[in-house]
Amino acid sequence: MIPAQFDYVRATSLSEACQELASDEDAKALAGGQSLLPLLRLRLAYPSKLVDIGRLPELSGVHDRGDHVFIGAMATHDEVMRSGVVNTECPLVALAAATVADPAVRHRGTFGGSLAHSDPAGDLPAVVLALDGVFVARSAEGEREIPAAEFFVDYLESALRPGEILVGVRIPKLGAGWGFHYEKFHRTAQAWTIVGVAAAVRRSNGAIQEARIGLANMGPTPVRARAVETALQGMELGDQLKQACQEADADTSPPSDLHAQPDYRRHLARVLTHRAVRGASGSP
Amino acid sequence: MTEVGRARRRKEDARLLSGRTQWTDNLRQPGMLHVMFLRSPMAHARITRVDVSAALGLPGVVAAYSGQDFAAEQGSLPCAWPVTDNVVIPEHPPMATSEVRYVGEAVACVVATDRYRAADALEAIEVDYEPLPAVLDMNEALTPDSPKVHEAGNQAYSMQMTVGDIDAAFRDAPVVIDRTYVQQRLIPSAMEPRAVLANTDGDSFTLWSSTQIPHILRVMLAVVTGIPEHKIRVVAPDVGGGFGSKLQVTAEEVLCLLIAKRLGKAVKWVESRSEGNLTVHHGRDQIQHIQLAAEADGRIRGLKVDLLADMGAYLMLITPGIPLLGAQMFNAIYKMDAYEFGCTGVFTTKMPTDAYRGAGRPEATYGIERMMDELAAELRLDPLEVRRRNWIRHEEFPYTTISGLTYDSGNYEAATDKALALFGYDKLRAEQADRRDRGDPVQLGIGVSTFTEMCGLAPSRGLGAANFGAGGWEHGSVRMLPTGKVEVITGSSPHGQGHVTAWSQIVADSLGVPFEDVTVLHGDTAISHKGMDTYGSRSLTVGGIAVLRACDKVKDKARKLAAHLLECSPDDLDFADGVFKVRGTESQKSIQELAFAAFLAHDLPEGVEARLDSDATFDPENFSFPHGTHLCAMEVDTETGMAKIRSYVAVDDIGKVVNPLIVEGQIHGGIAQGIAQALFEEAVYDADGNLLTTTMADYLLPSAADLPEFVTDRTETPATSNPLGVKGVGEAGTIASTPAVVNAIVDALRPHGVHDVQMPCTPERIWRALA
Ligand SMILES: Cc1cc2nc3c(=O)[nH]c(=O)nc-3n(C[C@H](O)[C@H](O)[C@H](O)COP(=O)(O)OP(=O)(O)OC[C@H]3O[C@@H](n4cnc5c(N)ncnc54)[C@H](O)[C@@H]3O)c2cc1C
Repeated sequence: MIPAQFDYVRATSLSEACQELASDEDAKALAGGQSLLPLLRLRLAYPSKLVDIGRLPELSGVHDRGDHVFIGAMATHDEVMRSGVVNTECPLVALAAATVADPAVRHRGTFGGSLAHSDPAGDLPAVVLALDGVFVARSAEGEREIPAAEFFVDYLESALRPGEILVGVRIPKLGAGWGFHYEKFHRTAQAWTIVGVAAAVRRSNGAIQEARIGLANMGPTPVRARAVETALQGMELGDQLKQACQEADADTSPPSDLHAQPDYRRHLARVLTHRAVRGASGSP
Repeated sequence: MTEVGRARRRKEDARLLSGRTQWTDNLRQPGMLHVMFLRSPMAHARITRVDVSAALGLPGVVAAYSGQDFAAEQGSLPCAWPVTDNVVIPEHPPMATSEVRYVGEAVACVVATDRYRAADALEAIEVDYEPLPAVLDMNEALTPDSPKVHEAGNQAYSMQMTVGDIDAAFRDAPVVIDRTYVQQRLIPSAMEPRAVLANTDGDSFTLWSSTQIPHILRVMLAVVTGIPEHKIRVVAPDVGGGFGSKLQVTAEEVLCLLIAKRLGKAVKWVESRSEGNLTVHHGRDQIQHIQLAAEADGRIRGLKVDLLADMGAYLMLITPGIPLLGAQMFNAIYKMDAYEFGCTGVFTTKMPTDAYRGAGRPEATYGIERMMDELAAELRLDPLEVRRRNWIRHEEFPYTTISGLTYDSGNYEAATDKALALFGYDKLRAEQADRRDRGDPVQLGIGVSTFTEMCGLAPSRGLGAANFGAGGWEHGSVRMLPTGKVEVITGSSPHGQGHVTAWSQIVADSLGVPFEDVTVLHGDTAISHKGMDTYGSRSLTVGGIAVLRACDKVKDKARKLAAHLLECSPDDLDFADGVFKVRGTESQKSIQELAFAAFLAHDLPEGVEARLDSDATFDPENFSFPHGTHLCAMEVDTETGMAKIRSYVAVDDIGKVVNPLIVEGQIHGGIAQGIAQALFEEAVYDADGNLLTTTMADYLLPSAADLPEFVTDRTETPATSNPLGVKGVGEAGTIASTPAVVNAIVDALRPHGVHDVQMPCTPERIWRALA
């Protein structure tokens, strides 16, 4: 890796990290480095300074906080996918984290880094959006909360302001009756998602009461498949699910790249949403 | 127990796995500087100005050069295979001087005290370009009003050969199949990127390079730079794979040598992966128009092949010859009355192509094996039945094919029968029928590839007839050390193949010494003074045999010495397990005792020198012809287009096996690489000639997680062209597997009216084929 020159500081406290970032607009937070370092190596980013936030206690770990699970920004994908709380209270997050790249990346890459980076092809943004997570951000000015629906602003752009650090995300516990599925479509095990569908479905008496569906890589930001969510409400399991999922690509603007053209992504969104909903509702 | 045939663990691995390696990038020289190249962002342009002055002022920068700065001495990168009389070999300056013809071509360079400073300084160099039109499509390139890559036009060469009465074969043929296949462009992705280190003591030069061909490189560097050959030493230290991509004389090798000469200092260059994707020579890239005429019962009457082969912007070491390595392979294992082959080499403004694992033979094998499946589909015959009706039967060997090669041996029936049994062919066909009946969204396809190939490049005379600029022999030498240990020097240049282990096994058997007592030296022209290096699955069939020959000579000498010391006639001695015994007596001398006696030289017979060593070269009279039957079962999700390999069986016949573990490794890696062409890999240029696949996020390589468990087995029909009966194995898997995979995909989709999917068969392409 031959990046341009930069300074490096390892922050010893959250407020120091905020100060460092506030005092230099070209400084960047360094978490697991799995997205930032490739940008540096390709000289697509020239930060003046990297502020290493790897050792801040406020950002670490996964915590059971009663009505929600708090996932620290610096929790690695590996930590998240193995966490007992995550697997019992918000298993969708674990299911998606387990699909990220390979063990090496999962041991360094972080939950917060994935979200702050706001890559629409990332797997976690769509999941947190589907689960209505609440982002906790901190800057020299203090702490604020950002609902998931407002966090993802544009391609590689989040609602975090310059100098703001993502501390972690509150994932509300959904309680009994919910099922989950993450359907990832990609060409090789280590390749990024072409289209991903995160589904949470609450079922009772053989019908779907409520569904939440997040789509990855169907636009510059992750999106909710609202039309399908509405259509599924109260729907019995069976063949009609497929029909309801035909609207999965409504209000999306899928990208065109080497791996897929938009019309193919739209088609995939419909097929995969059906599979994800079936998976989440335990229907064969 | 003999060593040959034993699954010995590789001697190389403990060192490699524990990181005690000598990759070129690990090597240091005192005062060493670092070179980096500025590369053209334009596919085609005139260079109107290069200004390196701003770079020169930056900290740590020792020198910065444009192509003009080396114009007088950098020469032209060599093409050693002028395939035809009409071939056009354009000037190819290592660093562009006036015009660039592909994105990635070097236009300037920086020499600095470390790589970081060198990379910073590259950004300070200013280059002005006057854009010229890119030439990207081969068919368009050949039209009269196409922009030109080179003054002389876009045709590099053309050739045509016809055997038999091709018109008669096609006239009134009951069946004619006419198809066009595209062999996409591939990027060889060796684990170790290229790296070069050059040093000088003022008069002579040493160049370490991650190369497959230290010997050829030495000769070529002398020819290109004018530095006398005896003043150049080339070392290939540990080399982490090549797959043909390091069978090259590169701009970076020439320039590092010249920069070391100019500065009187050691300089090193190491490529980044993205730089490698741009500038490691690419592979494949052909458009194949194939026509096959057959009888109603499936017997082939004639085959016509017309190729367009993308040369890229220049002809590199053996660029134009690569498609022609397939010229005699399209007819494969099949009998026919007539054959026509034509090939046109085309210049485009892309990275030059050259050898990539299989080189010409995977392309040919793909073409014919896809056609055989199409023929079977047309006639509603089982694809294996069509092949049976056409292939050379085992009792017909040696067999001279329509294209003029003589296959010495083979048994296609045996390999196929074994593969069918391992695969459970009938059961899978039944499942396929069932899924079709049920309209299962996941369809099953079965792909067949009954391949052969010519390898072990080889007979010098044959290569001469093809205008190849090198011989096909290999050199080996064997010396007994005073304590009875054995040092072997091979002219082959391993870069992952395990020569040290395999050669030790051959020598241990031949001399009757322990496997552990043999060491093998290679890859340094100061040690291994003569060699033709490693490519074309030639190491064992040529280099291994040269070593065996050298052992024979050592034993001849030892026999004379033993006879002298034991006071008998050499003919009275029996040699077994490393011991010469006087027949019918207890008197004997071991080869170790004889080595020591030769060293002492106290009592040598007349005419025997004080050494127990020898040299040999071997030049076989024919290529070797591995073959085999590969079967692939593929599940294709018709809703998403995703194709997943369900099972894969490979039965290969590579003749006698020296080390089954190494063979297994070669087959596995080869199959993986062939599957990768079928499903994953493709170098993509955009409409302006920019390479889009510069990282591994875009150029997809499969990992173990993406591949099925391979079921492998062998049949053993010994080659008759060498005393060990061995055939090459380095390329077989790659050659065989690609058509097996695509045939399986097409087989799954035939009921949907699909009869082709362009490689790589991405889910999107399969989905579109179904739409
Ligand atoms: C080979 C490879 C394959 C991958 N495949 C996938 C995949 O399949 N799916 C997937 O989802 N991801 C994938 N990733 C990305 C991976 O998930 C990364 O971990 C993630 O994108 C970034 O997390 P990080 O901790 O490495 O962040 P970094 O690279 O350190 O940072 C990324 C960006 O976020 C900012 N940032 C990081 N943390 C914070 C914070 N707490 N507050 C504010 N800003 C912050 C940084 O300043 C930087 O701009 C892959 C990565 C690699 C290298």
